[in-house]
Amino acid sequence: MSAIQPPAETVWWKRPLDKVEGTWIAIALAWSLIMFIMMPLWHIYGKQNLSNEAYRTTPQAFLAKTQAMVDQYTVRTETEANLPVVRPPPGSDVYVLGRLWQWWPLLELEKGQTYRLHISSIDWQHGFSLQPVNVNLQILPGYEVVLTITPDTGGEQTIICNEYCGLGHHNMTGKIYVTEGAQ
Amino acid sequence: MSTELFRTCPESGLQFHKPAEQLMRANAVVAIVILLFGGITALLVTLTRWPAVHLLPADKFYQLLTLHGVNMLIFWIVTFEMAILYFCSSTLLKCRLATPRIAWLGFLLMLSGVVINNLAVLKGNASVMMTSYVPMPANPNFYLGLILFAVGALLACFVFLGTLVIAREEKTYEGSIPLVTFGALTACIIAVFTIASGAIIMVPTYLWSLGYINNIDAAMYRLVWWAFGHSSQQINVAAHVAVWYAIAAIVFGARPLSEKVSRTAFFLYIAFLQLASAHHLLVDPGLSSEWKIFNTSYAMYLAVLASMVHGLTVPGSIEVAQRAKGYTKGLFEWLRKAPWGNPVFSGMFISLIGFGFIGGISGVVMGTEQINIIIHNTIYVPGHFHATVVIGTTLAFMSLTYFLIPVLFRRQVVMPGLAKWQPYLFGIGMAVFTLALMAAGTLGVQRRHWDMAFADSIVGFDYPASAYTFMGVAGISGVAAILGGAIFILITVISVFFGKRVESESSYGFASSKLMKAEPVLVPEGGHEAAGKWGFAAPGTFLLAIFFLLIFVLYYIVNWKYLASVWPMS
Repeated sequence: MSAIQPPAETVWWKRPLDKVEGTWIAIALAWSLIMFIMMPLWHIYGKQNLSNEAYRTTPQAFLAKTQAMVDQYTVRTETEANLPVVRPPPGSDVYVLGRLWQWWPLLELEKGQTYRLHISSIDWQHGFSLQPVNVNLQILPGYEVVLTITPDTGGEQTIICNEYCGLGHHNMTGKIYVTEGAQ
Repeated sequence: MSTELFRTCPESGLQFHKPAEQLMRANAVVAIVILLFGGITALLVTLTRWPAVHLLPADKFYQLLTLHGVNMLIFWIVTFEMAILYFCSSTLLKCRLATPRIAWLGFLLMLSGVVINNLAVLKGNASVMMTSYVPMPANPNFYLGLILFAVGALLACFVFLGTLVIAREEKTYEGSIPLVTFGALTACIIAVFTIASGAIIMVPTYLWSLGYINNIDAAMYRLVWWAFGHSSQQINVAAHVAVWYAIAAIVFGARPLSEKVSRTAFFLYIAFLQLASAHHLLVDPGLSSEWKIFNTSYAMYLAVLASMVHGLTVPGSIEVAQRAKGYTKGLFEWLRKAPWGNPVFSGMFISLIGFGFIGGISGVVMGTEQINIIIHNTIYVPGHFHATVVIGTTLAFMSLTYFLIPVLFRRQVVMPGLAKWQPYLFGIGMAVFTLALMAAGTLGVQRRHWDMAFADSIVGFDYPASAYTFMGVAGISGVAAILGGAIFILITVISVFFGKRVESESSYGFASSKLMKAEPVLVPEGGHEAAGKWGFAAPGTFLLAIFFLLIFVLYYIVNWKYLASVWPMS
């Protein structure tokens, strides 16, 4: 009986498998298990993992922490909007906040140094997409993500918002400049 | 049970219960009208993301993208699926439909939901994308429309389940339900889970939009919303796999290689597919890696295993049927001699290949916890799901429609010459489109984004020239696929409303392939293996499956290598 009719045998579950099915199931299952094990293995041996360190926060609290960093470490301003460029010391806690429609402030980090990058949104959901290195994170209001990063390529990285956040979404950007060594 | 309420299709021998038939027709027609609407928005969105054209202004782009998402991903597919549920219960089980009046109530609720939701978006104060992530607010009617639609779909699911009960009580069939009905049952069970999740998140969000609740947590919203948003796409998977089996049976008289394997694979869908909410949360705050790994892999990829099994057993059953008919030369005569000019078959086969090779592989790769870091929310994601939902589901439903026009609507398919080419134009156009989007996404081009040139940003960014090339290719191939979709709608609408009535057997066109009346394939002497090679009943299919696995493994490794080049982070 075909697939649109009831099975011919009432006790269809006792019919042995065809060899082609049995072989394929074994291969596919093995591949599935390999893919499953790869994820924990990458946590042990790989260098690109999310810590999943996150805290509850409020827009006011996060803005205050970011503002404190900006006040202390701003080295210059850029563009006619006078966006602060902040150069925090290596190893320190660095803050970036998303709001309609900018990533704020601009950062200057040292190549090869490690930073604790805190990211949150003070209004709607945003996407933190660092290009061209290509790191993408979901940023939610009320949650502060902490990511320990080590920039290992020099030059200019752009933070692009990649979660739709209203009419100015496509203008929402920011920068991370990666400089060579101490100045 | 009065007999005049039933009609037997002289060509297919299928029995239609009149009230069920009317409901199937109404659902299919409304679905295709929604598809038309979704197609128009698809064209405008594609022409805007094609950098050389950049048609719409930003506000219109986001508005139409919202409409395109909701209408295509939810309204078109689920409405068509209700027709499939009625077909797989009432028609395949030769049973009267349970409570047709409640089914009509469900239909009207769904229809009003579509209208209310669409009007809210068209008025311009609900351009929040299909996902409507809080706390970005939409007009309350946006959520209300979705809720009404979901309640209507839930009623239809219960009518389906009720019909199964009646069929069993009234003994309209013997033994177990057909495999295709089992697949529809799988879709129905996933649908109930999906709709419940939708209600759990949409009802409070509706109340929030009205001001009765003052805060909805963004992380909680995403977790529960995706139990609705992703699972609704899993209804599609179960439904279109059932349609693949149905078409293999209709066109070739194919029987499942083994009922046990195919049904177990469907059962794995029921047990594990719903964990996939996690696919969207892999780079979200507040969740542990253990949670992410277990859920994103459907507990050790057991639902992926199920799809890989269907991917073998559907073409495998066709191969066995063809070999039994004498197409035994070499490994692939069965495939070469398949009816490639019949869109019922060609559409289904392109759907299967596109879903597996493009949609399936990309889905698993980007659903890997760490690899998601380089893919999340880039245009790679729409690339992936256009392969699963458009090539996979929509094309499968299109092929089924070519069969239903003569059998259900009793009209001849007009312009059969054009219909022959339609699945190729649509399927291949869409395949190029999805691959181009994935390539652009790998270069970091964003989804849901009006201007990849950042012309109005204070701080700009330049994508490499290749990214623009890929988006241009996506534009051209997208328009080609939309043309294929337009041809489908044109053929369907003209056939259903103005086509010649079918009378004689010869007027059944694509549905009247002589094969359809063929006896179900019997096991040849010496078992299936005797007709195959290497002791395999379907050696050609097996080779195709190994080829698939090879590409899968290579692409998986390439993506880990790409990830390894990214900044170290922990």
